[in-house]
Amino acid sequence: MKIVVTVKQVPDPNSSLGLEADYSLAREKEVVLDPGDECGIEEGLRLKEAHGGEVVLVSMGPERARDAIRKGLSMGADRGILISDAQLAGADALLTAQALAAAIQAEAPDLVICGTESFDGSTGMVPPMLAELLGLPQLTFAKKIELDGSAVKVHRQTADGYQVVEAPTPALVTVTAGIAEPRYASLKGIMAARSKEIRQVGFGDLGIERGEAVETIEGVADAEARKAGAVIEFDGTAVDRILQVLAEAKVV
Amino acid sequence: MAKIWVYAELHQGKLQPTSLELMARARELGDVEAIALGAGARAAAATLGKHGAKVVHLNEDQAFDDFIAEPATDALAWLYQRGAPDLILFGFTPDSREVAGRLAARLGVGLIANAGDVAATDGAFIAQVPYFGGAKVASMRANRKPVIVLVRPKSFEASEAGGSADIKELALAIGDSSKRARITERVVEASEKVKLEDAKVVISGGRGMGGPANFPLLEDLADALGGAVGASRAVVDAGWVPYSMQVGQTGKSVRPGVYIAVGISGAMQHTVGMKASKVIIAINKDAEAPIMKMADLGVVGDALKIVPALTAALKARKG
Ligand SMILES: Cc1cc2nc3c(=O)[nH]c(=O)nc-3n(C[C@H](O)[C@H](O)[C@H](O)COP(=O)(O)OP(=O)(O)OC[C@H]3O[C@@H](n4cnc5c(N)ncnc54)[C@H](O)[C@@H]3O)c2cc1C
Ligand SMILES: Cc1cc2nc3c(=O)[nH]c(=O)nc-3n(C[C@H](O)[C@H](O)[C@H](O)COP(=O)(O)OP(=O)(O)OC[C@H]3O[C@@H](n4cnc5c(N)ncnc54)[C@H](O)[C@@H]3O)c2cc1C
Repeated sequence: MKIVVTVKQVPDPNSSLGLEADYSLAREKEVVLDPGDECGIEEGLRLKEAHGGEVVLVSMGPERARDAIRKGLSMGADRGILISDAQLAGADALLTAQALAAAIQAEAPDLVICGTESFDGSTGMVPPMLAELLGLPQLTFAKKIELDGSAVKVHRQTADGYQVVEAPTPALVTVTAGIAEPRYASLKGIMAARSKEIRQVGFGDLGIERGEAVETIEGVADAEARKAGAVIEFDGTAVDRILQVLAEAKVV
Repeated sequence: MAKIWVYAELHQGKLQPTSLELMARARELGDVEAIALGAGARAAAATLGKHGAKVVHLNEDQAFDDFIAEPATDALAWLYQRGAPDLILFGFTPDSREVAGRLAARLGVGLIANAGDVAATDGAFIAQVPYFGGAKVASMRANRKPVIVLVRPKSFEASEAGGSADIKELALAIGDSSKRARITERVVEASEKVKLEDAKVVISGGRGMGGPANFPLLEDLADALGGAVGASRAVVDAGWVPYSMQVGQTGKSVRPGVYIAVGISGAMQHTVGMKASKVIIAINKDAEAPIMKMADLGVVGDALKIVPALTAALKARKG
């Protein structure tokens, strides 16, 4: 069983975001492995532990995205592939998917695991694009994955419960944050990760073309902000104030 | 006139409200053709016609209901070969997202996700997309055609325009190669008394509720107000309540008359799903929590004391 997990490096969710002059998100801030992808790695490792095989991490990003891969390797993944090239800077979702697809194709995995959406871009579009480019079925929003020979079965989270979805492998699965609590890397794991392979791939190795940007940002404005209203302490009159607001809104 | 497609999403025979919201904007942008796939498509076509679709392309093949994304992608790509539109609108919903992503990759055109609005300017389409965690809005110009834009639910108000649509049967057969990710079972976990999206009052709880054992306090308040209970992602991820209750970017969008945020800090990813509510009340022990800066009324104190006091007062009022 060969499992590829896509991993993205994102600004630290615990630090505040900054904006560059060209409206792109400031990426020089502290960066971390996407918390959603950490769950993907954990699930990949569990499947490997149950079924044997190999977990390969693939990331596209600047040179320092190597740290995100290294973190996954210290959790227990076997090796990594870093797609890094100045020509891929500012890639949109389609170019990202094309680059990932080219690198993953060569691995011929049984299963590709992605996060449902990234912490920063959050379009959630890379996985379906990747599935299409790799010619794989997509099983999405998984909160549980089972492998059985050449079939994969997931519980797919829906608005009111879940669906059981089954497909033949190879297949692409996206996982929700709740699927598995990511393990901490042990000291032994961190030491072992140092000698694990991270292969670097450049734009020229991918055999894809970079087309015209699909969209350009024309400008950025402040979002329409709601005005702050009254802030009161919870004292003897607070409940009456709430009732008054509810009455004005005609819900009581 | 620009030619616009609206992907009409059906769930087990039911047309999704977001599709009609899209119709309201689409008909201002050009001639609208809707695509309805799966069970209920024919019945949906009549509704889509009333909402301004000139043509509805439909096919009721069972495969659209049973398999994820691939059959619908095939149908849209098939139709595309027979006449490309200028703009394709999808709802930014889990099911539509998957179809839009596959289609964009198949056509090699890319897309704009998570838009709050889309307009035509000088022959180009410009979408408004939240940026910077939602604090800013970016105007994104689409450079290629067709432009695929995914619009967040509740961005427009659905309304009937009168009229009826020509029905065109999509004469294609879905091949076995696209019948792969099969839905074999549907399990309903949430039995909501009042639907979150339709409720006049929504009371949402966050991490500040302390634990799942305290959520019945919110249920009691919801009962007293005839409302529904929602939640932040933090408590959904922690397993306190089901995902069906999540409000926000990756959950549901709501715009009730009154939204009461209880023990919720007000992260952008949460507020993007509720900031269109008419009145917002926040209950939080921290006067500096971001939610306080957008609430019409903020009450500083312990949620576990305030909520029961409010419920008791409402009950006393009713007598
Ligand atoms: C605010 C904002 C809005 C944007 N809007 C758009 C838009 O409308 N259209 C558009 O085409 N682009 C958009 N982009 C650019 C887009 O975010 C990037 O192209 C990004 O590389 C891929 O998309 P994502 O982060 O949205 O990934 P998502 O699709 O949300 O990510 C889902 C999963 O895919 C995998 N993945 C994604 N990117 C990588 C990567 N680089 N390496 C490894 N795995 C990865 C991860 O497993 C991740 O969990 C936007 C960016 C920002 C910051
Ligand atoms: C890609 C992405 C998508 C996301 N999508 C969503 C989404 O759809 N919906 C969503 O909600 N979040 C979403 N999030 C998560 C979001 O960023 C926040 O982490 C989350 O909303 C925080 O939940 P919270 O407010 O319950 O918890 P916290 O931020 O921990 O806030 C708890 C609040 O409770 C208050 N409190 C504590 N004790 C009490 C008490 N006794 N009485 C009163 N108040 C008390 C505290 O002062 C604090 O303000 C998303 C994040 C990412 C990265």
